[in-house]
Amino acid sequence: MKEISGYYDKEASLLEAVKNLRENKIKIKDVFSPYPVHGLDHAMGLKRSWLPRAAFIGGAVGAISGFGFQVWVFTRAYPINIGGKPFLAAPSFIPVTFECAILFAAFAIVIAYLFRSHLGAGADNKIYDERATNDRFVVVLDTAEIESNETEKIKSKFEETGAMNVKFEE
Amino acid sequence: MKFIWILKFGTCNFKIIVSLKYKNVSEISTREPLIQGNKSLKDITDDVFNPIVAKPGKLWFLGLMIAGSAALIGIIAIVLTIWKGIGLWGVNKTVGWGWSITNFVWWVGIGHAGTFISAILLLFRQKWRTSINRSAEAMTIFAVICAGLFPLIHMGRFLLGFFIFPYPNTRDVWVNFNSPLLWDVFAITTYFLVSLIFWYVGLIPDLGTVRDKMKTKFKKTIYKFLSFGWTGSAKHWQRFEIVSFTLAGLAAPLVLSVHTIVSFDFATSVIPGWHTTIFPPYFVSGAIFSGFAMVLTLLIIARKTMNLQDYITINHIELMNKIIILTGSVVGVAYMTELFMAWYSGVEYELFAFINRATGPYWWAYWIMMTCNVISPQLFWFKKLRRSIGFTFFMSILINIGMWFERFVIIVTSLHRDYLPSSWEMYKPTLIEVAIFVGTLGIFFTLFLLFVRFFPVIAMAEVKTTIKNK
Repeated sequence: MKEISGYYDKEASLLEAVKNLRENKIKIKDVFSPYPVHGLDHAMGLKRSWLPRAAFIGGAVGAISGFGFQVWVFTRAYPINIGGKPFLAAPSFIPVTFECAILFAAFAIVIAYLFRSHLGAGADNKIYDERATNDRFVVVLDTAEIESNETEKIKSKFEETGAMNVKFEE
Repeated sequence: MKFIWILKFGTCNFKIIVSLKYKNVSEISTREPLIQGNKSLKDITDDVFNPIVAKPGKLWFLGLMIAGSAALIGIIAIVLTIWKGIGLWGVNKTVGWGWSITNFVWWVGIGHAGTFISAILLLFRQKWRTSINRSAEAMTIFAVICAGLFPLIHMGRFLLGFFIFPYPNTRDVWVNFNSPLLWDVFAITTYFLVSLIFWYVGLIPDLGTVRDKMKTKFKKTIYKFLSFGWTGSAKHWQRFEIVSFTLAGLAAPLVLSVHTIVSFDFATSVIPGWHTTIFPPYFVSGAIFSGFAMVLTLLIIARKTMNLQDYITINHIELMNKIIILTGSVVGVAYMTELFMAWYSGVEYELFAFINRATGPYWWAYWIMMTCNVISPQLFWFKKLRRSIGFTFFMSILINIGMWFERFVIIVTSLHRDYLPSSWEMYKPTLIEVAIFVGTLGIFFTLFLLFVRFFPVIAMAEVKTTIKNK
């Protein structure tokens, strides 16, 4: 047994199915939906993502390096007298520092997101059903711990919650 | 709820009654749906997908032809300018910033509405934005491309444009970090890149939908490449939402900073009429004001020609018109404050600059600006006018003309009569400058038309979260 998947056409029955399966200690590998279903991550017991930290680190690196670079240029590399202003004119370094922070933070989180989700130009991820990006919800089970005699039970669980179709893939 | 205060001043009694009306939750949940036509999930996919595969109509080709020709005229004018030099323009020693910087500020401002809709309205959880955010963001990117062209051409030595970036070089010099013109380089570059990735991150799921529905093999391969292997996995969606919110949180202060920094180009100088602390908020609200007008111009055409009336409804148009009243009024208050401060400060140069604006040789530009930006948006207080598509379309164009003149007035009237009367000059654009401006309009509309042809113009996945029958 390689894959077992159940197909739904309603958000409500999908959420119910996910809860039902998890209560019965059946492990869910993944759920595919055409839009972010509210409360699904909670129902599936997904952990909070650490991605905002990537943005924070990126932003901090951007701010520090942006400010540090300007200080280095104006005090070490190329100190020039501009209208008698001090060489280390911190307030006028703020706009560039701010822009660097935003730029680095945005790129850090997006790169982390693509990397973590295995998304990227030309990525070839498995698509369970072409309608999962249109109007279908697909629940795919983790088959590693499922005995072959349990399949009937699983099928009935799926059907109880209003699955339109259950697919077994050898 | 009613509050009553009674104030007693001597023998007079003042009664102040404040009654608060608020909608309760059940009222909100039963209000009109955001999109009309009782769409199912599949209907939404089909409505957005079909224009991508269908043969575009005659109107689209006609539009592309006009926009493409305009772009071509602009490109010829740009090449001529680079070939022969800035002497082809009407700018002179006194008025060094003519149409090109006017156009630069105008285009950057237009871009701001896209980020406002996609980032700030996302943070405020305004669900109505889902129908319009995709096209508004695309508009932002194209507007910033047009904006960026102007300073580059204005430098005169186009090929040395990279000198504006701080990079190690054999001359051992670095850029001036104290200059607002350099802050602009950082602000516009960051704004362009962040808007681009924000837009693309939002596009990935919808490109996945297009890929899965595409029948022809060649197109499927292209959309597969573009969709980054999107599957719709719950884990991906969870991260997608977090990334969207974080990017919105980053883009919101960014968009405010960009026009603030553009306004610093003026405000940090000592030119009368420019040297004011009111500039940052005044520029930002003006930017959102003109940007929303441009979004309305584009979307009123798009909803008609692409049959998106169910998605971009009259309610969307009314809500945008409300933002136009707000930002337009802020701009009006800013104009009045400038006038007041010119008088109240007692600075004769400042006072002269403003009297010269209103009554000098460029008085007509000033009064076009006043009429289009201050008086005309006030008409939107009438609900009937707010909900009239024809009137809104007319107003959207009027506002953009007004906002263009605002930048023209700020730049040219402040410069053309400076501290030294012997250097006073008039500025008149040449045909080349007009052609470059027309050219950027052409580039903008060409890019927008290509976008609506090949990309999902409505954020399908986001609209799907807002409908009831799922």
